[in-house]
Amino acid sequence: MPTFVYMTRCDGCGQCVDICPSDIMHIDKSLRRAYNIEPSMCWECYSCVKACPHHAIDVRGYADFAPLGHSVRVHRDEEKGVIAWRIKFRNGKKDMDLLAPITTKPWGTAIPQLSNAAAPGKDMVNSQLLFNEPKYVRMDTGGLNTLESNGLSLKEGVYY
Amino acid sequence: MGHKTIIEDNIDILVAGAGLGGTGAAFEARYWGKNKKIVIAEKANIDRSGAVAQGLYAINCYMGTRFGENKPEDHVRYARIDLMGMVREDLAFDMARHVDSAVHQFEEWGLPIMRNEKTGAYLREGRWQIMIHGESYKPIVAEAAKKSADKVYNRVCVTHLLMDESKENRVAGAVGFNVRTGNYHVFKAKTVICGAGGASNIFKPRSVGEGSGRVWYAPWSSGSAYGLMIGAGAKMTQMENRIVLARFKDGYGPVGAYFLHLKTYTQNAYGEEYESKWFPDLQKMVGKEYLDPEVSHSTHRPIPTCLRNHAIISEVNAGRGPIYMVTMEAFQDPHLEEIGWHNFLGMTVGQAVLWAATDVNPKYENPELTTSEPYVMGSHATGCGAWVSGPEDISPPEYFWGYNRMTTVEGLFGCGDAAGGTPHAFSSGSFTEGRLAAKAACKYIDDGKAEGIRVSETQIQRRKEDIYKPLETYRVYSNEVVAGTVNPNFINPRQGLDRLQKLMDEYCGGFGVNYMTNDKLLNIGLKKMAILGEDLDKVAASDIHELLRAWELKHRFLTSEAVFQHTLFRKETRWPGYYYRGDAMKLDDQNWHVLTVSRRDPKTGEYTMEKAPLYHLVGDLEDKDLAKLKAEGHH
Repeated sequence: MPTFVYMTRCDGCGQCVDICPSDIMHIDKSLRRAYNIEPSMCWECYSCVKACPHHAIDVRGYADFAPLGHSVRVHRDEEKGVIAWRIKFRNGKKDMDLLAPITTKPWGTAIPQLSNAAAPGKDMVNSQLLFNEPKYVRMDTGGLNTLESNGLSLKEGVYY
Repeated sequence: MGHKTIIEDNIDILVAGAGLGGTGAAFEARYWGKNKKIVIAEKANIDRSGAVAQGLYAINCYMGTRFGENKPEDHVRYARIDLMGMVREDLAFDMARHVDSAVHQFEEWGLPIMRNEKTGAYLREGRWQIMIHGESYKPIVAEAAKKSADKVYNRVCVTHLLMDESKENRVAGAVGFNVRTGNYHVFKAKTVICGAGGASNIFKPRSVGEGSGRVWYAPWSSGSAYGLMIGAGAKMTQMENRIVLARFKDGYGPVGAYFLHLKTYTQNAYGEEYESKWFPDLQKMVGKEYLDPEVSHSTHRPIPTCLRNHAIISEVNAGRGPIYMVTMEAFQDPHLEEIGWHNFLGMTVGQAVLWAATDVNPKYENPELTTSEPYVMGSHATGCGAWVSGPEDISPPEYFWGYNRMTTVEGLFGCGDAAGGTPHAFSSGSFTEGRLAAKAACKYIDDGKAEGIRVSETQIQRRKEDIYKPLETYRVYSNEVVAGTVNPNFINPRQGLDRLQKLMDEYCGGFGVNYMTNDKLLNIGLKKMAILGEDLDKVAASDIHELLRAWELKHRFLTSEAVFQHTLFRKETRWPGYYYRGDAMKLDDQNWHVLTVSRRDPKTGEYTMEKAPLYHLVGDLEDKDLAKLKAEGHH
């Protein structure tokens, strides 16, 4: 099945259950450990694999087209802001380590609390502008594009 | 059955489904509605929900006006050419003029956007695409939504919208159930912004068994955007405009970065260029206005995606498959090779898993491509969705009824896959549409349009019975048989989904029939759909998880029915390569240069279809291209 859980590593914490977008990681009631209850609804999105604090979850490619003997492992670190991958081929001829950033800011610190932002004035409310506009459209003082500003008009029919 | 009823009252803005569109809506709503009550209901966990749950390696919709790159109307032109003319250009222009402000905020929030070291501008993958390290794209925007929302209900699957009983055709909130506790949730709201998803898994997938999870669009995209809104009687548009993707075989890994950034290209099994030889016949089908390879070559006007699909399908049918992606040249450069792999790890890990499993090293072997089963959605390169109002400073009268992105049901707004006629929005454009809908929803409330909403206890109780009926059906009938899944009184959600997929494939133009259908097939299909609809009243769920699948199936069913109706209505072949009407194999601008609009009467289930006019705001060629063509002697 696409994701599976190693018996000896899972402690039943439920992080995977909490994050799975497809609701297919469930806790087995007698073993008190997680497992994939519906492999045909697994996207191999790795959300649960990344969330598992014990690296207890792995992926075995879809049985109907992926042969056994491969490995794609991952470690995601929010504090360091990076994700590390290791890809191993079935034939052992390729073994790759790949590293990528996942954020440029300390986690969650750079997002504004809009309830604290200055309230929009009436002009702003009645305009076509959104929060932070027009500034953020071009990061300068220019206005928002309109049909008028761009010399456009709507014409009905097949050809313009 | 002991399911508690939990009522959340006095909500101003309910966001139903929080992928990129819904998170944009929740975030922005706080700015325009400082004291408004904003609530999110999401069937998964908003940190990893929707189509971007897994991450993205590119933002596919960014104008770059800041760097002097494109104007909004350039993107409108591009989207219209790609969709063979069928775009709501007012909505497309509106999205494009705002989208950059969303992207600039993402960067500020910590999303790593790659830069072109020479120019300092964002690193372009193609004209509209910028490259990002987007593994955490969704958790980052979810953080923004959480900061704005009063409450986030994760793991609540919204099944129905509530309707006002004091005023016809006005929304009053939504209901659903918690997929963990089983509790019944009632959200009484002045407005609802539908940010739910498009539909994967309604057509039979090419893969069987486990592999049917490796769909191109996420398997949890259950067409709930359409199921919810169609169920409430909202008008829908362009539901026939399903999309077929040319992707790496089986893994459906993305090809955008390969084509645009790595400059890989395709060839047939015998190493030949195959595309151009199909163009003369194709030009006879669609007309020179839609396919002119000479002009495209000379001006870089894009060849519509569906037509390129047509060439692949035709070449394979002619016995010269498979089609290969030629990677062996680009992958000799170690930097490009690394990008090729990162591209998968950032958004389609399953493709990396597959190549590792099959020892496909694109440096020494060109991987196979295939055309996928069809998908119905409204944010990637197609525009299925609700018929929504445009902005007041752009839209003509037929496209405008007071509030931007409001559907034909008062107080119900759509964004992302839910808003129709706005293809090529992708992640950033969907987020932007959510923001636009949120501002308009606040205005709708402030204008007093949501006064006096009444929801009776009867409506709430009736929906509760509807929701839990599959559990009741299972309880009553399962013990009539010894064991197993075969029962004469019900079908389970998997069995229902299998029937739906087979029906859609065979009668509505799936891969199994080479994307071909006609009026006769569609009418047979509709008859079978009606009976499937009856059987879905008897769908049974053995537990709460299966209840989730039962309601996803019902949403997929409502979506599929609309696809059938729209496909039957549009009597032409507008998008060869996406589907073919065998009884009308040509593009027909005389009769069908229109948008299709449907409404399903929620009381009778009857469909009415109409045509809506198309307005264009920009020509097919940019001024500089027109000048170039004139100089070269074209007309």
